[in-house]
Amino acid sequence: MDQLHPSDKPRDAIAQKAWDAASVVPDPEVPCVNVAELGILRDVKMIDGKAVAYVTPTYTGCPAVLAIELAIEVALREAGFDAKIERVISPAWTTDWISDVGREKLRAYGIAPPVNGSNSKLALFGETIVACPQCGSEHTEKLSEFGSTACKAQYRCKDCLEPFDYFKCI
Amino acid sequence: MSNALFNALLELGDDHLILGHRVSEWCGHAPLLEEDLAMPNMALDNIGASRNLYTYAGEVEGKGRDEDQLAYLRMDREYKNCLLVERPNEDFAHTMLRQLYFAAFMEPYWQAALSSTDETIRGIAGKAVKEMAYHIRHAGEWVIRLGDGTTESAERMKAAVVEMTPYVEELFVMSDDAKACAEQGILPDREALRTQWGQTISNIFDQALLELPDVKFPQLGGRIGHHGEEMGFLLAQLQYVQRAYPGMSW
Repeated sequence: MDQLHPSDKPRDAIAQKAWDAASVVPDPEVPCVNVAELGILRDVKMIDGKAVAYVTPTYTGCPAVLAIELAIEVALREAGFDAKIERVISPAWTTDWISDVGREKLRAYGIAPPVNGSNSKLALFGETIVACPQCGSEHTEKLSEFGSTACKAQYRCKDCLEPFDYFKCI
Repeated sequence: MSNALFNALLELGDDHLILGHRVSEWCGHAPLLEEDLAMPNMALDNIGASRNLYTYAGEVEGKGRDEDQLAYLRMDREYKNCLLVERPNEDFAHTMLRQLYFAAFMEPYWQAALSSTDETIRGIAGKAVKEMAYHIRHAGEWVIRLGDGTTESAERMKAAVVEMTPYVEELFVMSDDAKACAEQGILPDREALRTQWGQTISNIFDQALLELPDVKFPQLGGRIGHHGEEMGFLLAQLQYVQRAYPGMSW
C-alpha cells in the first residue's frame, strides 16, 4: 500500500487539475464524503494525453461502483479532459484508506466511522467500542450485522437512544 | 497454463455465482427483517466475487468473453460449481448450514491465496477473505442458535447436517486444472484446507450440540458438469433475461 494518501501525492499542474476535478465527486450512497476522502480514487495520471483515473471498489459486490466510475468520467470530461477509468482491485481497499477529514465528515453526517487497524481479525470481531456519532457516548449496542448498505452495520446508542449506522471496519 | 487457469477460475466463479443466486432467493422471504437485509448483502458478496473471477477468466481465455457471457450464456453441463452450492434453500437451517460449510472453506482458501504468485488473485482474495470471515460468524451464530434451540429447531438442524454433509468433500477435490494452478503457486491447494475447515466446524458444532457424521459416499460430479435436477430450474431463472432478449445490456 502507498504510504501517502493519494490526495497528497505530488503531481504536475495538468495532472493536479485532473485530480482536483475527479476527487470532488461524492460517493452516491454516502454523499457527505467524496471519492478521494473515501480512498477509492487511488490516483489520476496523464497518459498519452488522457486523464486516467484509477478506482478501487470498497466491497466486492458494491453496486455503486459503476455509478462512481461514470460520475468520475463525467467530472473529468466536464473539466475538459479526455477521460479513461481503470478499475484496480489489488491491493484491496481497506477502511484504513478513509482520510481523517473523511472520518470527521462521516461522524458529522451521523455515521460512526470505522476504527483503525482493519487488518487484524480483532478489529473485525473483537469487542470494539463504537462511539455514538450523535452524543459521543460509548454506551452503544449492535442491532444488526448489516445496515442500509453492505459496508455498514446498525447500532443503537443506549444513552441518547438514537439508532445509527457504523461503517464496518474491513 | 492459460487453459488450466481459465477452468480453475470458472470452478471458483461458478461456486460464487450459484451460491449467490441461491442466497438471493431469500430476499423478501427471510424470517425477520434483519435477515432480510443480511441475505441479499451476502448474496452480493458472492456475486461480486464471481464477477471479478469471470472478468479475469475472460481475460485469461482471450476470446473476448466478458463476465455476462460467462455467467449467462453457458449450458448446464458447462458449469463447474460444486454440488453443495446448488442445493435448494429448503428451510433456514439448511441454508445457514450451507453458508457455514462454504464460508468455512473459502475463508482459509482466500487466506492462502493472499500469497498467490498472481496479482489479480491476490486482489480478489484481499477483499473476499474479510467477507468470508463475516459469513462464518453470521452462519455460525445461526447454527448454534438453531442447534441448541427448541426441539423443532434442533431436529431441523440435525436433518440439515445429514443432508448437506455428503456434499462437503467436493470442496476439497482437486481437478487437474486446479492442480496445475496450485503447482504454479497461482491458486491454493484445496486438499490442504481440511484441518482448518474441520476446526471451524467442530468449534461451532460443539456449541450447537451437533455432530459431524462420517460420510461413506460423498456426492461428487459438479466440477465435471454433472449437476442435480434443481440446477436446471436455477439456471432457467438466472438466464431468463439473456435467453429471452439475447445480447441485452444495461
